[in-house]
Amino acid sequence: MGQTLAEKIIAKAAGVDHVTPGEIVTCKVDLAMMHDSAGPRSAGKNLDKLGVPIWDLDKLVVITDHYINDDNPSHQEIQKHAQSWSADHDIKHFIKEQGICHIVLPEGGHVKPGMFIVGGDSHSVTGGAFGTFMVGVGATEMTGVLATGEIWARVPETVRIDVTGALTPGVSAKDVILKLCGDYGIMGFNYQAIEYSGDAVSAMSVEERMTLANMAAELGGKAGYCEPDQKTADALTGWGAKDIDIETWRSDADATYAKTVTIDGNALTPHVAAPSSPENSTPIAEHKGTKLDQAYLGACTGAKLDDLRMAAAVLKGRKIKEGFKFMISPSSLAMAEKAKADGTMKIIEDAGGIILPMGCSGCIGIGPSRLEEDTVGISSTNRNFVGRAGPKSSKLFLGSPYTVAASALTGEITDPREFL
Amino acid sequence: MRTINGRAWRYGANIDTDQLAPIGSYQGTGDLGDGALNCLRDMDPNFSKSVVEGDVFVATDNMGIGSSRETAPLFLRTLGIRAVVAHSFARIFYRNCFNIGLPALVCPEANEIAMSDELEIDPLTGEINNKTQGKVYHCQPIPEHLMSIVDAGGLMPFLEQKLKKAS
Repeated sequence: MGQTLAEKIIAKAAGVDHVTPGEIVTCKVDLAMMHDSAGPRSAGKNLDKLGVPIWDLDKLVVITDHYINDDNPSHQEIQKHAQSWSADHDIKHFIKEQGICHIVLPEGGHVKPGMFIVGGDSHSVTGGAFGTFMVGVGATEMTGVLATGEIWARVPETVRIDVTGALTPGVSAKDVILKLCGDYGIMGFNYQAIEYSGDAVSAMSVEERMTLANMAAELGGKAGYCEPDQKTADALTGWGAKDIDIETWRSDADATYAKTVTIDGNALTPHVAAPSSPENSTPIAEHKGTKLDQAYLGACTGAKLDDLRMAAAVLKGRKIKEGFKFMISPSSLAMAEKAKADGTMKIIEDAGGIILPMGCSGCIGIGPSRLEEDTVGISSTNRNFVGRAGPKSSKLFLGSPYTVAASALTGEITDPREFL
Repeated sequence: MRTINGRAWRYGANIDTDQLAPIGSYQGTGDLGDGALNCLRDMDPNFSKSVVEGDVFVATDNMGIGSSRETAPLFLRTLGIRAVVAHSFARIFYRNCFNIGLPALVCPEANEIAMSDELEIDPLTGEINNKTQGKVYHCQPIPEHLMSIVDAGGLMPFLEQKLKKAS
């Protein structure tokens, strides 16, 4: 019987030919990634308590991205510790302040199709965009991986999401995933692997596929992935990865899916998720005109090069509403450099956008983009739970980079197609 | 593992990690300190002040949705919670609970439990005796492959034993 890509990767990691959903297996990890929040100060300290070495220094990447670029003494202590711990443990792949871990891990050439990867962050599922099986884990779980290189897994059922047709101008991967959050809820695919397929997904850039994979977490997914293709191979090769195999790591034609969901890409409209859950997502028309105090383009989900370009497409030659706060924190330094080189950043700045230091902070309510009491914002991030991006009295809508930029022009929730 | 006797702290669906462990509630690189006092501060400010050793956290669907941050179950444990009972769990939170030695029990009847009900729980059999209502509920048994972690008291003591044996 055929297997899905998720099952194939798990089987390989478990050292068997075939796995079945529901089965419990022990997997050998091909790559582990941890960041400054749950890494050295938590998993790292646990490992030191166990008094054993890291199982394989070639397979661990430590990235600082959460508590960076500010002068908070507590955050600086975290950075100092992350660096000294990494130096003390001879970490080969220590990436300091280059961008958000889910972006800089592939950018560092560490990711290849077919890998079984664990990341110490719930949005680690982003790596699935490249045909990997990548799951998020907590700090003690990561300790076990650091010590043994292994982790138990319950083989998930796979759900296939087929996005047919072609997305229309002003509609993006973010709208696909927000529609799914609205239709199926934040536990809609709990414990399941989500395979994104269809013509609209094939047509997407790898960065757009990263947005789909990233928010598998907001559907309860254990992993979210796309089958690799030539675009995957080109992107990864460009980032320095070698020996990319896009033939082996595909789902079999006779693989079994728990469910197949079809989304008509031709008919999809921009979506926004109302406060305070991604599942409160509807077509933008329902919230059109809602007054806003600020807009934020950031995070692993929403400030990659393509996201910045989407915003620029809306902003070009226009000015944001006077007095409105529009802040941008690019997902990685490399992407910010490219956006500078091709003029994207200039368009955003000329429109009145404020470029913030790069990192996770804005998505988790730290720094200048933190919402103030009783204010309403819109952002291209992935979560809008109460208290995440500001105090309890603040409210956050989620939208695509197009929608966020269009809303910055008017100061209210705005359909970006009006400006394209 | 011993029987747990305590009061129920009963909440609803989708209790997320930003509620359980708000950003900034674990500062620096030392121990958790008073961070746990922030647990559920926006949803029920009374919770962290009044919960006592042996109490039980009860929720409905999708308990622990959100971040991988382990402080979410760690704060509950630090405050005295000795078991989490829910209709369903978000997967990282579920694993985190067992990894830190806090049993997470899937109970289809969790919604019948009321705030402050006196509960007696045998985590091994999954039986919950609601002494206030005079009812007995049956949780799904803890999956067999997790029992060795449960027996050891969490993943850290489990790893200590495993690595000791190996050396």
